[in-house]
Amino acid sequence: MAKILRKLRLAPGINEFVVDAPLIARKAEPGQFLIVIIDEKGERIPLTIADLDRESGAVTIVFLEIGKSTMELGQLEAGDEIAHISGPLGKASEIPQGETIVFVGGGVGTAAVYPIARKAKESNKVISIVGAKNKETVIWEDKMKDVSDRLIVTTDDGSYGRKGLVTEPLKELLEQGGIDRVVAIGPPIMMKFAALTTRPYGVKTVVSLNPIIVDGTGMCGACRVRVGGVTKFACVDGPEFDAHEVDFDLLLKRLATYREEEELAKRLFLERGRK
Amino acid sequence: MIPGGITEPGTTVTIKTGSWRNFRPKRDDSRCKRAGEPVAIGRLERFVADWEIENGLRLPERAKPTGKKVAVVGSGPSGLTVATELAKRGHEVTILETLHRPGGVLVYGIPEFRLPKRIVETEVESIKRLGVKVMTDVVVGKTMTVDDLLEEYDAVFLGTGAGLPLLLGIPGEDLSGVYSANEFLIRINLMKAYAFPDYDTPIKVGKRVAIIGGGNVAMDSARCALRLGAEKVSVVYRRSEKEMPARNEEIERAKEEGIIFMTLTQPVRFTGEEKVDGIECIKMELGEPDESGRRRPVPIEGSNFNIDVDQVVIAIGQRPNPLVMRTTEGLVCDDRKGIIIADSMGRTSKKGVFAGGDVITGAATVIAAMGAGKRAAEAIDKFLRGD
Repeated sequence: MAKILRKLRLAPGINEFVVDAPLIARKAEPGQFLIVIIDEKGERIPLTIADLDRESGAVTIVFLEIGKSTMELGQLEAGDEIAHISGPLGKASEIPQGETIVFVGGGVGTAAVYPIARKAKESNKVISIVGAKNKETVIWEDKMKDVSDRLIVTTDDGSYGRKGLVTEPLKELLEQGGIDRVVAIGPPIMMKFAALTTRPYGVKTVVSLNPIIVDGTGMCGACRVRVGGVTKFACVDGPEFDAHEVDFDLLLKRLATYREEEELAKRLFLERGRK
Repeated sequence: MIPGGITEPGTTVTIKTGSWRNFRPKRDDSRCKRAGEPVAIGRLERFVADWEIENGLRLPERAKPTGKKVAVVGSGPSGLTVATELAKRGHEVTILETLHRPGGVLVYGIPEFRLPKRIVETEVESIKRLGVKVMTDVVVGKTMTVDDLLEEYDAVFLGTGAGLPLLLGIPGEDLSGVYSANEFLIRINLMKAYAFPDYDTPIKVGKRVAIIGGGNVAMDSARCALRLGAEKVSVVYRRSEKEMPARNEEIERAKEEGIIFMTLTQPVRFTGEEKVDGIECIKMELGEPDESGRRRPVPIEGSNFNIDVDQVVIAIGQRPNPLVMRTTEGLVCDDRKGIIIADSMGRTSKKGVFAGGDVITGAATVIAAMGAGKRAAEAIDKFLRGD
């Protein structure tokens, strides 16, 4: 059991939970994830650890209500308990020294980028690009500002910051030169295009993959991804990989495996309301 | 009877309500014979377990508390056995389980129709009543390391099993619709995907399902696929039926249920665009015996053929999960086999750390793991008493 200590509605359908999980808070490093299970009928939901406090034992998760499970999770309030929480899982991010790094966060991916950028800021120059659909859905702008030497915000509709996709300012920065590394986390399609953008410049690019995960400990291989022509388990070999080696099309195909079931579960949930 | 003890032909079977009652050996029952007739150990154990659940459990006696603390990593057959034995000897035992439900392979791997989850739950309850603490959702190697545990506990037992699925390494294996047996069985058994959408975890119901492999896990997967509603389930195995590692009884049951056996057949590649839609196979013939003593399957050149499938389950074996091995200082392992090295009593190279079950042998049987648990408990007890 893990108690929700604080709930923040960051934007419509985007929630930030601070959860009491001392064992995870004690060990977690930037780049790692955890798994929550809402109740005994629930699925194992992988979520990036966006922040933590080792002293108080609290961990922060940020999630978009996109399917039945995340919608149900979003209905929980501070004081409610989550049946199960486990982690930290996956490998920690590799943090270089003395580089100029561009961090790209798309949607709730911004919250996944944040702890890595914060750690990287200690020994690197950090430029961040945060992208969202519109002004309302830009999240953690202040937190990103705190950990970046420079911050660029883009929105699809131009209602805030620059109008357009994150790949546009990314390309400009690459044109200007001096970029040693790019870390891009967001929807798979954004990560795919970030990789395509950086490829011609030969700049090392890291993405954090979000395939379907069940156990999260290397047991099942639901999270199989192809990286450099080799099968990897994202949950234990990743979730971060060299973006230029990732087979994004396969990732997208595997992510679509349960689309019908996901639609059904969502429809039933919306019809029925809270379980 | 005492599981982990009886495997020799000619042994007299006595049913005794000891600490372990529930699990049939996965070996061929015909090896256990009495008066010339095979003894269905599985059914006898099942009977005793069911009887106990109906009539209430008698708790074994507990020795005086010793004040010693033991961490048991993994709640599968070896871990549950070790925990029971050490609790009876008066030690304070905590079981740490990675998943959200205790039982290890008994809950994530073995299907309900072979081992009702109620039996495992009852077993875990009785262990808790012995004073054993069960902590789920603790991934040793991630949430805490073995070295962390040694700061708090006097001894650690590693019963982490063989949870890493082996794959074929052929083209198309990562297509959507291709499952490892672990994923397929975890979704069904642990996550209860057969009850989707009442339960949240989904599973695809294939029409034409191919199970690759010929062991007990392959038989379990095939029979699960059938129960989910598949129209046609085929077991694809590269040797002949005689070499299949599954128990005869499991093979017979699978056949009775209408599962098709395609022996001397080896997949070469999986085909499909968005998801898997077929397997290119090659026919095999048996050559000279290999190191396992079984005749080696050799491809027959030019015998390639295709089968239509919409779901594939790869059940060609498991290895131990390396999480604990990679994060424990001074624990000697056999990297080639992926196992922890331990002696017959489960003592590892690291002081205070013991191991047993699949993690020291490679994937084997429930009954062997329980036997290993019993021996390790003895060794741990001795160690804690300073003998």
